[in-house]
Amino acid sequence: MSPAEAAVVREAVGNRFPEGDEAIRHGRRRQRRGTTYRVAFLAALALAVLALLTLLFTVVNQSFGLVAIEETIPRDDLVAELGLPAGTDLASVEINGLVAILQNRLSRNAGRRLERDQRFFADRLVFEPADSWAEVCARQEPEPGCTLPARDQANVYQLVLEKVVEPDIVASWSLTSSLVDRTAIEAEIEEEFPDAVVDFRSWVSPSFIRSPQHPDPELAGIRTAILGSLWVLALAILAAFPIGVAAAVYLEEYASDNWISRLIRTNINNLAGVPSIIYGMLGLAIFVRALESITSGSALGAGNDGGVANGRTILSASLTLALLVLPVVIISSQEAIRAVPQSFRRAGLALGATKWQTIRAHVLPNATPGILTGTILAMARAFGETAPLVVVGASTFITVDPDGPFSKFTALPIQIFQWTSRPQEEFQHLAAAAILVLLVLLLTLNATAILLRNRFQRSY
Amino acid sequence: METVESASLVEDVKMADLTIEAGAARPHDHPVAVETRDLAVYYGAFRAVKDINVACVTNMITALIGPSGCGKSTVLRSFNRMNDLIPGARVEGEVRLDGINIYGPAVDPVEVRRRVGMVFQKPNPFPKSIFENVAWGARVNGFKGNLNELVEGALRQAALWDEVKDKLRESGYSLSGGQQQRLCIARAIALKPEVVLMDEPTSALDPVATLRIEELIGELKERYTIVIVTHNMQQAARASDFTAFLNMDEDRAGYLVEYGPTEAIFTKPRQQTTEDYITGRFG
Repeated sequence: MSPAEAAVVREAVGNRFPEGDEAIRHGRRRQRRGTTYRVAFLAALALAVLALLTLLFTVVNQSFGLVAIEETIPRDDLVAELGLPAGTDLASVEINGLVAILQNRLSRNAGRRLERDQRFFADRLVFEPADSWAEVCARQEPEPGCTLPARDQANVYQLVLEKVVEPDIVASWSLTSSLVDRTAIEAEIEEEFPDAVVDFRSWVSPSFIRSPQHPDPELAGIRTAILGSLWVLALAILAAFPIGVAAAVYLEEYASDNWISRLIRTNINNLAGVPSIIYGMLGLAIFVRALESITSGSALGAGNDGGVANGRTILSASLTLALLVLPVVIISSQEAIRAVPQSFRRAGLALGATKWQTIRAHVLPNATPGILTGTILAMARAFGETAPLVVVGASTFITVDPDGPFSKFTALPIQIFQWTSRPQEEFQHLAAAAILVLLVLLLTLNATAILLRNRFQRSY
Repeated sequence: METVESASLVEDVKMADLTIEAGAARPHDHPVAVETRDLAVYYGAFRAVKDINVACVTNMITALIGPSGCGKSTVLRSFNRMNDLIPGARVEGEVRLDGINIYGPAVDPVEVRRRVGMVFQKPNPFPKSIFENVAWGARVNGFKGNLNELVEGALRQAALWDEVKDKLRESGYSLSGGQQQRLCIARAIALKPEVVLMDEPTSALDPVATLRIEELIGELKERYTIVIVTHNMQQAARASDFTAFLNMDEDRAGYLVEYGPTEAIFTKPRQQTTEDYITGRFG
């Protein structure tokens, strides 16, 4: 058939497709439309990345920067008093020298109080005469210093800072302005705070992580908050994981498909979307109030500060968070279980295994990566949760480490929330630093999730 | 009751041994491993198969053939109560294993499935080692003997031992498709079942692997009674001793058209429908 004949045939059957130049134009038009969508998707991605970067930038910007510190008694003076060469770092002075500074600068009573809390040397007393020490230690309730081991150099150095040097941050700057306007800032400090020392400070520091809460921003840390968060998280997962996985196994493997199970499934999905504050109210009503005797530990004979904590304990908070993440754990476990090929179940059952043997040997092992991933993501959610903890009654100021499920507690997000609401600028920096720590912990959790998933991943 | 008199031989079974009853056949004087009595299977309100009367002779291969959707696999699954796993499935009539109705009230489906093994359409080894694939079924069924011997024996019977003896610890998924299917056969026969059901065991395999499986099936019948569903009529003709042809009625319910020695079904079908099907006029 010649092209001409072919055209005739096409004409006869009614060719409705574009031909020649029109076809090319049509093709280009379609490609252009595709490109437009592609650009739009890219823009959306860029926007999302930008938002995340902004968030990260704000946090980092606040976490590092220049500070102007005024010291009541400059360190250099103390070093000079000890007769050490100028330029010696106070932190490296040995314990005898540091104690000598305390002896010179503190009143005798203040020194005795410190010594009674914890003695300076194991073999000798500094402030307390030996006879009154013996009397103090013979009391019904001896001072902690009688039994605790002696202070180490780092401890005494902290005391010197706290009681003698008393550094005070008089001004602070963000990272960007510190980097860009350093000379202007130094000039400003020179003028306004002639005695102040300029220092570049990382608000995230080992001592920030190690120190407990403190009213002085110089000394405040997040130790209690991190420990509180870890306690709450650990107990929450301990409660939510077995219950969630067991419920998911029942729903996926045993429950027949009737209206009751459908109703339950739908409601679990809805529960996952309930605002967390509602769970907080629930936790307050059930765990803090109704089950107070259990959550406060009094029913189990655990004393807690003479009932100060009442039901507002780590246990209440973790059970509340367990309720909060339970739907997420159930749903992700259900999905993981559902993703196990049906052929494994059939093969197991066809070999004369019971249902449970099949689930135990084939379904659960193959669902493990998915279950773990979902659970760890739920943990990450619980870790950052604030509202329910506020309602359940997390304390905002705690200086002692939580030591069990019946302790009062605070948590990282609560600490951050509390610091951001303080007027002093230093606390804003502390909050930013705490956010950084929180982010790092969350990233660690998620990285663990990915590692676990890869570790258990099977190919079939 | 009518007796067919043509003298076609399959192994030592004569057509004369068959008593024909309403389209169904019962080979006399031969031990029957498993048989159905007026079997009907429902999925919810839908009747998938009806009036199935098939008796599978011990140590023979019985093939179930028929067009798509006629209920071959449904019948096969009723032999080891795998239909129980399908929500809404219900069975009427009887399936007798050694004369005992496996749908009886006192029968535990788990025990039935140990005695009636099954091989599926797609090779489905467990994502475990080759050894574990074979040993697991024995272990969960309380096997107390030497597992190594059991695994070796089963793999030898499945003609797989020489290929895998050096890599028993490797994943079952490291094998080729045909090897995987033989592993699944080894897994099934490791339990010393009386009957092995095969649901289109070669449909996912290439022709060479298919041939090996067919040869294997021929060897296995010395020890086991085999019931095989196949889409492939040449396979039924080549590999089976008895053939049951199923078709669908107007309500899409499967029924047994004809059952008899394979040679008779393929050379002298008594029903026009059977002839139409095996000559490729439908299905």
